[in-house]
Amino acid sequence: MVGDGRAGDGTQMLTILFDGIAYGMLLFVLACGLAVTLGLMNFVNLAHGAFAMAGGYCTVILVNRWGMPFLAALPLAFLCTAVLGFAFERTLYVHVYRKSHLDQVLFTIGLVFMSIAAVDYVMGSSQMFVRLPGWLEGQFSVLGVGIGRYRLLIIVVCGLLTLMLQLILARTRFGSQLRAAVDDQRVARGLGINVGGVFALTFAFGSGLAGLGGALGAEILGLDPIFPLKYMIYFLIVVTVGGTSSITGPFLASLLLGIGDVAGKYYMPTLGAFVIYSIMILVLIWRPQGLFARGGAR
Amino acid sequence: MSPHRLADEVGRRLATRARWHPMEVLFWGAVLASIYILPGRHLILTEIAILGLFALSLDLILGYAGIVSLGQAAFFGVGAYVAGLLAKHGIITEPLLALIVSGLAATLLGFVTSFLVLRGSDLTRIMVTLGVALVLREIANRYAWLTGGADGLQGIEIKPLLGLYRFDMFGHTAYCYALGVLIVLFGLARRIVQSPFGLSLLSIKGNPLRAAAVGIPVNGRLVAIYSIAAGYAGAAGALLTQTTAFTSLAVLDFERSADLLLVLIIGGTGYLYGGLLGAIVFKLMQDYLAALTPQYWPFWIGLLLVAIVLIGRERITSWTRPIHALVARLDWRGRRSAPLAATDGR
Repeated sequence: MVGDGRAGDGTQMLTILFDGIAYGMLLFVLACGLAVTLGLMNFVNLAHGAFAMAGGYCTVILVNRWGMPFLAALPLAFLCTAVLGFAFERTLYVHVYRKSHLDQVLFTIGLVFMSIAAVDYVMGSSQMFVRLPGWLEGQFSVLGVGIGRYRLLIIVVCGLLTLMLQLILARTRFGSQLRAAVDDQRVARGLGINVGGVFALTFAFGSGLAGLGGALGAEILGLDPIFPLKYMIYFLIVVTVGGTSSITGPFLASLLLGIGDVAGKYYMPTLGAFVIYSIMILVLIWRPQGLFARGGAR
Repeated sequence: MSPHRLADEVGRRLATRARWHPMEVLFWGAVLASIYILPGRHLILTEIAILGLFALSLDLILGYAGIVSLGQAAFFGVGAYVAGLLAKHGIITEPLLALIVSGLAATLLGFVTSFLVLRGSDLTRIMVTLGVALVLREIANRYAWLTGGADGLQGIEIKPLLGLYRFDMFGHTAYCYALGVLIVLFGLARRIVQSPFGLSLLSIKGNPLRAAAVGIPVNGRLVAIYSIAAGYAGAAGALLTQTTAFTSLAVLDFERSADLLLVLIIGGTGYLYGGLLGAIVFKLMQDYLAALTPQYWPFWIGLLLVAIVLIGRERITSWTRPIHALVARLDWRGRRSAPLAATDGR
């Protein structure tokens, strides 16, 4: 996960920071859909990673098998996963919102297991790589800091997406409906907002973003059938640490997690993911609503 | 009714409730008979007994105290590794003693981590228990010099049970041993949930706030049952290590905790036998389906989970209802007295 250009301590630290930011932004795009699902419907979707995996495999098929250009495949991955998410939401998820958290967990774990076995059956269990165009490979150096071309692309794409999300949430009619529904679902319903419809659209959009994240992240995170299980905990960390009441919380949490994970693996390889899990537990105990959550009444 | 007489009445009814039912006797009779009737199936029966014990541990906290856990494998894994290390390094070579020590080690971990599940909603508990299990798996993975890492803990030699009974390759000793442990621990669990302590747990599950209002020390009770359940899971893990003479990171896998929930959901929660019945159904199903396509076994688990939730858990466990009806009819404990709730309102 760390680039090769390690000249001096300072530049090396900057390279790690750069990689960490790329990783963090990727995590944000992957997990923000989950944050909205949890905040809006109080629904625990452990199968969120399965949609990311779907996006990843979609890109692999489009690029490697059908020879589509990588950049053209990305929007398609988004679209496919969004449609998939919409279909699942309308047919299956919609029956589970009112059930207990235990039921939701059982249901979404079931989906995870099914997706793992299904992908294993169709695509095989080995790790897949997306064939990247030549201009995205390798890295260049700015003032001695190694900048991976692919990671730069991730930062640009994810940064644009984040800005777009923020604009949609803050400026559009749909965004204010969504925020109202997250803040207080009952009152929102009373005002005539179609919460179910808002939710279906948001779910589809969140799944699409996860799919896009999976497509972009296949190169960095690795793509194999156990992807949804492997990264489930990362998504949960982003959501628990960031809270679900805003989009800034999960964004900051993703950046922290990304930088922390990359730096941790580089500077303290023996500790590994241990630190991150422990931090999640501590945050959960200390502030169950998330570090960056507003003290809202919910 | 005076308070004194009421207390007597409650005590009498509790004692009646706690008596062994003919169906229970029949069930355990059948279990014991399996030693002689199915000598060729002792290997899978041992697995069922271990899974049943493990499910019992989850039932104690989920069915009686209402704590949803997605990390019960943490305690199972600790028990398994402690038993493995004790045997490998010859610290405690007698299996039964080692089992007790392993169970106690898991109980200790359960006690320490129980304070994490006292607060918060179901969701927080799910994530905290999941996090604890992940941390433990990560530790076991990192300290490969101790645990053998991804290769598993190899070179475990299990000495004869009580110095007398050697573990044979057909699993006869192993099955009798696992069954013995299961019966003893089941009896203990039954005693626990029938006691006033167990009743107080049920009231906490029903409504923690009201339970606290009538003077039940909610946190203390939850810590106690969580530690006990952890000990049960640890004993199950130790049994697995001792009967297979091997343990690996798989004992701490997330899938193990998820499967366990499924086992308990199949059998139903809150009456102790659910875990055992679920374990039988689950293992037989696994035996059949995994034989068809071992690689795609998770698909069927997943499908089952999704189907159970969509159909509704209450409806799924209703297959045990005719059994319950039969049980009620066969009751030898005299006429059914009216439920407690009907008389305590005066």
